[in-house]
Amino acid sequence: MSSVNYGTKRIVTGAHYGARDWLVQRATAVLIVVFTVVVLAQLLFSKGAISYELWAGIFAPQWMKFITASVIVSMLWHAWVGVRNVWMDYVPAAGLRFTLQVLTIVWLVGCGAWGFEVLWRV
Amino acid sequence: MTDQAKPRPEFRNINIFKDVRTYRLPVAAKVSILHRISGMIMFVLLPFVFWMFDTSLSSEISFATFKSAFNEGLGFIPGWFIKLATLGLIWGYLHHLCAGVRHIMIDMNHERITKQWGASSAVTVLVVSIGLTVVLGAKLFGLY
Repeated sequence: MSSVNYGTKRIVTGAHYGARDWLVQRATAVLIVVFTVVVLAQLLFSKGAISYELWAGIFAPQWMKFITASVIVSMLWHAWVGVRNVWMDYVPAAGLRFTLQVLTIVWLVGCGAWGFEVLWRV
Repeated sequence: MTDQAKPRPEFRNINIFKDVRTYRLPVAAKVSILHRISGMIMFVLLPFVFWMFDTSLSSEISFATFKSAFNEGLGFIPGWFIKLATLGLIWGYLHHLCAGVRHIMIDMNHERITKQWGASSAVTVLVVSIGLTVVLGAKLFGLY
């Protein structure tokens, strides 16, 4: 690796975000698992086929919207850390990598906004 | 030096066209690359996840659309294809979850960082995730 680290030779990775990402990845993962258990438990302990009333009822209380909203953010953040790692590992060309990272953000934010819209419609 | 093990091939820089077919991954490495693949599958299918969230929750009518999409299909998309995408999500989520729990267990107790635990826990991840995928997949495709 060149000792020159400016201009076109500048290294565009490595900003000491490793430990934060590591912790975020685990904290968001635990939140998603807890959410999965909370939703699944309500489905498994119900009797018969899952009706619309039951399913929509799960997301009706404000506390559930509260939790679901932060789980959506957790999912997006978790996916961002992981997918960015994939681009950083397999796409060495800085321009293409940057483009993919921007598209990743567009993809994630768009999906998240969709989720919020649905959540407060119920 | 007695009885030396026969020299093993050494890879320094794996070529995708030359080496990947003969390069044998240990089971922990298989779980690791599948962790990545399952994550990317879920990332790509994210709009499908939110489509399901939307359609199943918005109204009683959309709930009926949601249910029929899996059986009769939706527009030009056949039902089996929607089920297949769902199966991909089910496997992806289960594998990603099990492999993630394995990571957190390693983080909580560093004595688990051994070749033995790495291999045995990786086998557990594959057995649990594939087993549950088969059970839920059979339900999804109406086998029971």
